[in-house]
Amino acid sequence: MQTLLAEPFTYMYMNKAMLSGVLVGLLCSLLSVYLMLKGWSLIGDALSHAVVPGVAGAYALHLPYSVGAFFTGAAAAEAMLLIKKFSQLREDAIIGFVLSVFFAAGLFIISLNPTSISLTSMVYGHILNIRDEDLWQIIAITVGTLSIIALKWRDLELVFFDETHAFACGLPVNGLRILFFALLTAAVVVSMQTVGAILVISLIVTPGATAYLLSDRFGRILWIAAAIGTLTSFLGVYLSYFADGATGPFIVILQSVIFLLAFLFAPKYGHIPQWLHQRDTLREKTT
Amino acid sequence: MSQIPFPVSDRAPTIEVDNVTVIYNNGHRALEEIGFSLEGGTVCALIGVNGSGKSTLFNSIMGIVRPQQGRILLNGLPARKAIKKNGVAYVPQIDQIDWRFPILVDDVVMQGRFGYMGFMRRASTNDRKSVDAALERMAIADLARRQIGELSGGQKKRVFLARALAQESRTILLDEPFTGIDVKTELTIMELLQSLRDEGYLILVSTHNIGSVPDYCNEVLMLDRRLVAAGDTAETFTQKNLAATFGGILKNVRLERDSEEPIHIVSDDERAAVFYGQVPAVRPHHQSGED
Repeated sequence: MQTLLAEPFTYMYMNKAMLSGVLVGLLCSLLSVYLMLKGWSLIGDALSHAVVPGVAGAYALHLPYSVGAFFTGAAAAEAMLLIKKFSQLREDAIIGFVLSVFFAAGLFIISLNPTSISLTSMVYGHILNIRDEDLWQIIAITVGTLSIIALKWRDLELVFFDETHAFACGLPVNGLRILFFALLTAAVVVSMQTVGAILVISLIVTPGATAYLLSDRFGRILWIAAAIGTLTSFLGVYLSYFADGATGPFIVILQSVIFLLAFLFAPKYGHIPQWLHQRDTLREKTT
Repeated sequence: MSQIPFPVSDRAPTIEVDNVTVIYNNGHRALEEIGFSLEGGTVCALIGVNGSGKSTLFNSIMGIVRPQQGRILLNGLPARKAIKKNGVAYVPQIDQIDWRFPILVDDVVMQGRFGYMGFMRRASTNDRKSVDAALERMAIADLARRQIGELSGGQKKRVFLARALAQESRTILLDEPFTGIDVKTELTIMELLQSLRDEGYLILVSTHNIGSVPDYCNEVLMLDRRLVAAGDTAETFTQKNLAATFGGILKNVRLERDSEEPIHIVSDDERAAVFYGQVPAVRPHHQSGED
């Protein structure tokens, strides 16, 4: 039994998959907290599609794909900001527009270079097939992001909460906002390899949404989200070994289950405790 | 721990706005050739219709918007330098805040101390003292551990006033402080502003609640992209200037009385300004002492 449970650890590719899964899950979950507070979760979605043409273009030009991904990711973020500034459109329309334009451009580039890159691996990830250089990239981006968040989480929180006051306190509001989008783009780029461009949406939405149901304090929410992201990513990869199934969906399903549990049972914001509380107060009133 | 020297300088706070014009990217001229100066010991009302440039003026004073022409000095410094020294505190409108944000009351008030904290934003004993004092002064110490969305409208407003107090800036900008709050809080805020004035603060209040202006403001700025009028409330807050500021937007009722001056009631949706002849009515203050 014990040997069976330890079996995934005896394979190098599984160890790499578990490590990269954990790091990516951790990264995305921290950023998910910020995104959700601003109602920006869909911007993460748009970014995950916007990096596709960058990756495809970089492969075609023999550049490191992360450079391309970063470039188009930043271009998409900039495009969204500009369209918002100069049009009366609402955010959802802008995000949908930018997302599909960039994704279409990516598909188009891939169709021109059909052999250069597998669309499937971009859309669905290839966590069981992580190259060493990609793993190093994931580690570097995780270390960088974690240190920035450890030092600057309060500043970012204030910018997300009240920009004007942040400015009046002398915080570099624009710099912090750009920093955040840079971190987000980097996280999306590395998540693409592990869970792919579509399921990354879950990683940058669900842990934050779940943690939000469990606490009223921003700092704690960051910790809870990080724990959920890390644990589900690890278990997702680990369990997929035994189930012999795809890893990405496993991670997403685990996250959704935890969300559902929090949604129902969270002490303060869960529906069942709220329902019980209402019933009790009704009873008290009637007796 | 390095001790941060007490930040508030002894000299009176000032705002000097000299010939300021702000034009937005889309060509909209938000402010044109505005000039005025204010100093400590003042509560000044900023009134004008929506779109008259009140928010732009606030943002220019804080350095968020840079004027195309003219200059603004806060305590003798350009805005961007002044804010590094906590030169100005800002109290936002109630609907600018996401009340579901997972943050507790004392954490919000602690945000007032950010300008004093180091790189990691760790609170010092001094910061905590300042926060506690601000909570006490606004009478919300018992709400310190509540999530902000659980509060009433008046309590919410007090949280952000407490944050401004904790910042210990002698210039405070308030954006529509009287929207969405009860009469009791309205009176509390007016009293607070007047006692801050007596302590030498410089308070600038943007408000639609024109009827209350004579109650607590000793100066008034009337804005319609240009400065329509500025100066002492007693001389400037006149029916004629209000009409010029608000154009036809105000509701204006004139009641003739035998043997006395006529009453004018001028309203911008919130509390109306009432004039007996040319003199604005002031709400008697003794009623506000008891709750």
